[in-house]
Amino acid sequence: MIEVKNLVKRYGDHTAVDHLSFEIEKGKIYGFLGPNGAGKSTTMNMITGYIASTEGTVVIDGHDILEEPEEAKKCIGYLPEMPPLYFDMTVLEYLKFVADLKKIPKDKKASMIEEIMDMVKITDMKNRLIKNLSKGYRQRVGIAQAVLGYPEVIILDEPTVGLDPKQINEIRDLIKSLKKKHTVILSSHILSEVSAVCDYVLIISHGKLVASDTPENLGKLAAGSNNLNLLIKGQKDTIRAALETVEGVKEVAAKKSPEEGVYAITVGTEENTDVREKVFYSMVNAGCPILEMQSKKVSLEEIFLELTESEKREKDDTGKKSGKPFFKTAADAEKYLNKKNEDTVPDNGLEDKNAEESDEISDSVSDNGLSGENQSSMDEEKGEK
Amino acid sequence: MLAIYKRELKSYLTSMVGYLFMFFVLLIAGIYFSAYQLSAAYPKFEYTLNAMTFVFLIAVPILTMRVLAEERKQKTDQLLLTSPVSVFGIVMGKYLALVTIYAIPIAVLATYPLIMSKFGTVAFGSAYTALLGFFLLGSANIAIGVFFSAITESQVIAAVLTFVFLFAFYMMNGISSFFSQTAMSTCVTFGLLIIALCLMIYSMIKNAVISGAICVIGEVALVIVYVVKSSVFEGGIQKVLEVFNLSSHFENFTNSIFDVTGVLYFLSVITICIFLTMQTILKRRWN
Repeated sequence: MIEVKNLVKRYGDHTAVDHLSFEIEKGKIYGFLGPNGAGKSTTMNMITGYIASTEGTVVIDGHDILEEPEEAKKCIGYLPEMPPLYFDMTVLEYLKFVADLKKIPKDKKASMIEEIMDMVKITDMKNRLIKNLSKGYRQRVGIAQAVLGYPEVIILDEPTVGLDPKQINEIRDLIKSLKKKHTVILSSHILSEVSAVCDYVLIISHGKLVASDTPENLGKLAAGSNNLNLLIKGQKDTIRAALETVEGVKEVAAKKSPEEGVYAITVGTEENTDVREKVFYSMVNAGCPILEMQSKKVSLEEIFLELTESEKREKDDTGKKSGKPFFKTAADAEKYLNKKNEDTVPDNGLEDKNAEESDEISDSVSDNGLSGENQSSMDEEKGEK
Repeated sequence: MLAIYKRELKSYLTSMVGYLFMFFVLLIAGIYFSAYQLSAAYPKFEYTLNAMTFVFLIAVPILTMRVLAEERKQKTDQLLLTSPVSVFGIVMGKYLALVTIYAIPIAVLATYPLIMSKFGTVAFGSAYTALLGFFLLGSANIAIGVFFSAITESQVIAAVLTFVFLFAFYMMNGISSFFSQTAMSTCVTFGLLIIALCLMIYSMIKNAVISGAICVIGEVALVIVYVVKSSVFEGGIQKVLEVFNLSSHFENFTNSIFDVTGVLYFLSVITICIFLTMQTILKRRWN
């Protein structure tokens, strides 16, 4: 449907988009994810032909955007970051104008506009001047404009910005419903949005594609393993010794908790193994009661941060541009991430005899590793919201 | 193109700008018409038109300042440029809408000779020839305004630039008389212009060899021509500046001459301005 090859955009010395390549298939929702200034909007502007690329090509349904702009643009509906609205027109006038721009046949025009106004729920507003509308309604008019003419590809740049939570849900449902007939590309810096709506996620950082896969696969790859957070009463060494012997446990980090004689334990487990029961029985045998147990899945947010941050970190380390970590599949990215974990997280096993020292080590380790304490349940809630 | 034309026309007719423009043109025309025709009973309508060409200096910047600058400011150009309409269609749609707005006061002016015919004999041919010339002159001025509106996203800057250039063109007779007409001074001026041009080329392409070569070739050619036949250069500056003198090309129309070169001149000015406007918009995409 859309084929992007080696897309580069330079502004003077600054490279906004750096050799981006991907393909968009029909009938799916794609999400561009990246921090502010990652090049999401620039990429979308290039795909839609608003700005030209420095290098590389964009082919839409067989039409190159620069060589056959009119043919290519016919296949696209675009909602830019700021909805392109004329404030001196009413909603209906505006949509009629857009319909004319998109060369929608006269006989279909009126019914199509009615249909789309119903779809984004702006029928009540149709005779109001756009300048008198609230931001949420303006955004909806912008979406209506993009959907008008039912183009094959609909590109939405941060479609839910400025909407209230109820509207956000409505717009998400709308985007999901568009999937039936259209291919949708949307950009966002909000992870929960992308994971809720998209079939496929492209994570962009500093103009480069750092990962692209389905949200599920991205979710799987994070640390390569899941974690278990525990609060256990007892002697630290006893707990450690007992946990280490449990099958499927990879690493154990212990930390003093505010309660007297209680330790906060983080257990790293092997992939796809559930160790909760085994941990329970081993603690029963060791005579250390478990006060709390929480299994922790790594959210998309953490992958996102890891992927976009690691890029930055590498840059800082080498002092210049690093090699681009580009992953075709989740498996590649997983390997990359696992390798990184091995690099950064030293094995803090039972070898440490001195309990106090090991406390400190695990503290410091947990701050920069993925398997650490910083993935508190708070983070999880944030990710799932 | 038609969609843009219709929208633009409607937008001018529902906001004050369009009416302000028409008001201004008709006000000045009314004053001169009252003075020349109604009170002095002078039968030549073309003199009225000739006297009021300065109206464009103020009316055109008001009309054209927002036409493209506003689109950029409000980011609505994103809609236009990502829809299946060519840049030519966008610019032409907008330009034709402006010309249509301008045609409204012209239509009113067209009734003036008819009013005059009630009181005596009027040479309709020369009156309407002058009106055609006046229409073309205005259309050319509007095209210049459209171009300046395309190069900035600030309406004020667009208006000021349009005014400054239209004023310079209006004063061209005076400006060209400042310059010496001798072959020597013309040659030196052209030589300096070539150097300035080459510096501009250098700043754009950053290639010392090419821009240097152009500079040397230009200067050498200039010197050779000067040595062989210096008379070519006499009054050269004035000839060049005359190209920008819009109102002098209108003068023939007021002297009861249907000036084909004048028609072609105005159409060329319009074409060049539209072309430059399109290039400005296209160039911005590459930056």
